[in-house]
Amino acid sequence: MFAYYFQLGLRSLRKNPLLTALMVMAIGFGVAASMTTYSVFRATSNNPIPQKSSQLFVPQIDNWGPEDAQRNNGEPPQAITYTDAIGLMRDHRAKRQTALYPAGLSIVPADANQLPFHENTYAVYADAFAMFDIPFRYGGGWTAAEDDSRAAVAVIGKTLNDKLFHGENSVGREINLDGRSYRITGVMDHWDPQPLFFDAVNTGGFDDPTQLFVPFTRMIELKVPTNGNNNCNKDPGQGWDNWLHSECIWLGFWAELPSKAEADAYRSYLSGYAAEQQRAGRFRWAPNVRLRNVVEWLDFEKVVPAEAKISLLVALGFLIICLVNTIGLLLAKFMRRSSEIGVRRALGAARSEIYMQFLIEAAAVGLAGGLLGLLLTGVGVYGISLIFDPQVARLATLDVPLVLLTLLVAILATVIAAFYPTWRAAQVQPAWQLKSN
Amino acid sequence: MLQIKPILAALKRHKAGTILIALQIALTLAIVCNALFIIQQRVQRLSRPSGMNESNVLAITNRWVAVNDKDTASLTKTDVQALRQLPGVEDAMNTNSFPLRGGGWSTGVNLVPKENGKPAGQTTLYFVDEHALAVYGAQLIAGRNFTADEVIVADPKDIKSTPQVIVTKALADKLFPKGDALGKQMYLSGKDVPPSTIIGIVKQLQVPWSGIWANDFVENATLLPVQLTGSYGIYLIRAKPGQLAAVTKSAPEALLKTNRMRVISGERAIRTYEKVREDAYKNDRGMAILMGVICVILLAITAAGIVGLTSFWVGQRRKQIGVRRALGATKHDILSYFLTENLMIGIAGVVIGAGLAVGLNLWMVTQFEMARLSAVYVFAGVIALLLLGQAAVLAPAMRAAKVPPVEATRSV
Repeated sequence: MFAYYFQLGLRSLRKNPLLTALMVMAIGFGVAASMTTYSVFRATSNNPIPQKSSQLFVPQIDNWGPEDAQRNNGEPPQAITYTDAIGLMRDHRAKRQTALYPAGLSIVPADANQLPFHENTYAVYADAFAMFDIPFRYGGGWTAAEDDSRAAVAVIGKTLNDKLFHGENSVGREINLDGRSYRITGVMDHWDPQPLFFDAVNTGGFDDPTQLFVPFTRMIELKVPTNGNNNCNKDPGQGWDNWLHSECIWLGFWAELPSKAEADAYRSYLSGYAAEQQRAGRFRWAPNVRLRNVVEWLDFEKVVPAEAKISLLVALGFLIICLVNTIGLLLAKFMRRSSEIGVRRALGAARSEIYMQFLIEAAAVGLAGGLLGLLLTGVGVYGISLIFDPQVARLATLDVPLVLLTLLVAILATVIAAFYPTWRAAQVQPAWQLKSN
Repeated sequence: MLQIKPILAALKRHKAGTILIALQIALTLAIVCNALFIIQQRVQRLSRPSGMNESNVLAITNRWVAVNDKDTASLTKTDVQALRQLPGVEDAMNTNSFPLRGGGWSTGVNLVPKENGKPAGQTTLYFVDEHALAVYGAQLIAGRNFTADEVIVADPKDIKSTPQVIVTKALADKLFPKGDALGKQMYLSGKDVPPSTIIGIVKQLQVPWSGIWANDFVENATLLPVQLTGSYGIYLIRAKPGQLAAVTKSAPEALLKTNRMRVISGERAIRTYEKVREDAYKNDRGMAILMGVICVILLAITAAGIVGLTSFWVGQRRKQIGVRRALGATKHDILSYFLTENLMIGIAGVVIGAGLAVGLNLWMVTQFEMARLSAVYVFAGVIALLLLGQAAVLAPAMRAAKVPPVEATRSV
């Protein structure tokens, strides 16, 4: 029966090519607009580290006082000072923890014919590798002892290893950063969490993959400046040391707290830390601290661009209009066949048969619309780079789940749109139709 | 001539179709109004002038490698001299930033020394030399340019202010609303910051940021005669007319020839100003294009929907039309019947739609940094949709008018 109704549907669609084309185009455009904008939304609202997103936390400490916090809905600053980062590292209250910042370093190839170049580089503590589940191809991270001794060690990315060492195991070999030599302890496998959660503050959540990690302690000793934001609420005074011990905020901090109890304990520890700073006279206000996990942090940092949200909304509105349009056109199409329905009903077809026939016909329209939508989504995804930065655009792809979703949404939406017209068709009174003929 | 009563009676028998068309018009209006408004907002933003003479400008981002921060001043000086001597180069300088670059410095500015609290104004800082006006192509409207001996070398962590500054007219007017800024003193925010005398005023120079958050001080810029040390800097080059393409190739080569221990790589390291502007307003332009495309398709689909449903109604009512014609109705009567019918549905639709449009905008204002929808857009949208409806209904209505009176006698 299904095949027969499907054939009937196709024949009916062919009979009214203009009306059919209108419906297919409406669904195609509506679905394509929604899916294209959804692909961006999906990429930007992704959970970058699902297995640990509820265990990794960013502490925030208000070191600027209520006047500044007020401008930010009472929120503490998004980054922390060197003083606080070192304080939290020293107290060591989490299972693992790291302070971090993007280090402004350049790589000097051993081959004198090659020019120095830059890769995204982060200064971190040894815990970072286990915390962020960073996969290794060769070797591993450095040790906590090497943090303490400010060792000249480095972890490099796969791409950088391919470039410098032709993909060979380079563990134990040397890499020259800004004229100084560092021993490679590990080569990462491909690692590209999206959004780039561990430094959403400086990157907005999207940047090229990190290719180099170096010890935080060593970078501070060498006075390597941050490549990211540095915000001061007052003049830090002259020179590196004054800046380091100022209230300027420029560091990220992550703590791994595997259970809720540990997270709660850390939260009260943070309040205690701030209270201690208040007693010491550094803060002249009550503790104002936050502890957010990965998902909460990305939400707080507004990593999903407003453009992605607005365009998704507009596209969904667009799809709804296309469906309203389809309801109208299907209604016109089905009601035009009242006499045909009357004949079928008079010959003994049950209402359910009529439902079946017209819903299948609608599904055929939906499928055709879906295929057109798929084509247009392809064009749309290609056009995303017109609106969004390349780092965001490269994430929006037409993959298998999106293809299936496109077809599913098209068919489902059309069938839902067909319910009312089909119900009307099933209500046709056979006697009335036969009489007027 | 208007046959409102019979139309209403007829529409009551076609509730579903009527509601569908009205709903479609309402939703379309809501989205089109907001989309047009977004387009206007974005276009307005991206057509702001930067204050620079934008043609023939090239920006190269340079990072020194393995050089002590203090030693970069002489290296930078050598670079700038090499660039200025390059054939095809009109002028060049080293700076920390420029309009629309995307990153730079900003600080508070006051009429009295002030360390904390709200400043009198916010400004971006451009650390430049006496070539800045020529390289930016900024227009000096009062006072004078820096002289070569006013330019000092300083570490970015140590510099607080300079005795002389050039400011934009917007900043001058903000600090000195009477228009007598020239020769007056101003203070950059900070502890024990010496005053700066405004020695010149330029007509316009935008801040490095194009985001909405910088809207409040978008034209507040201060030029300081300072060459910053440190590993990071930008060479801004003005090429002779027609030489930009050649200079884009020759300038990086010349820099590498002077010294190889530097990084000039990455997508944004070498950009013509045209590319700078494109990057800065990419989102805005993209959103405007997207909204434009959606508007056009949406209007087309709505029109198509009206054509489809009205055609169906005409087909359904052939017999009634024939009867009316037989009873003396003219072709014109039939035509105006369908046009009026559509107008009535359209009016119902736009009334609901105008409410939806305003509601949607108010909601977006709370969710995103967006302005209030101006009534002009709703009004324009209403007119556009009513006209669209009339245009869409014209073809089926004309077909209806052609139904001959003899149709009344046929049984089908």
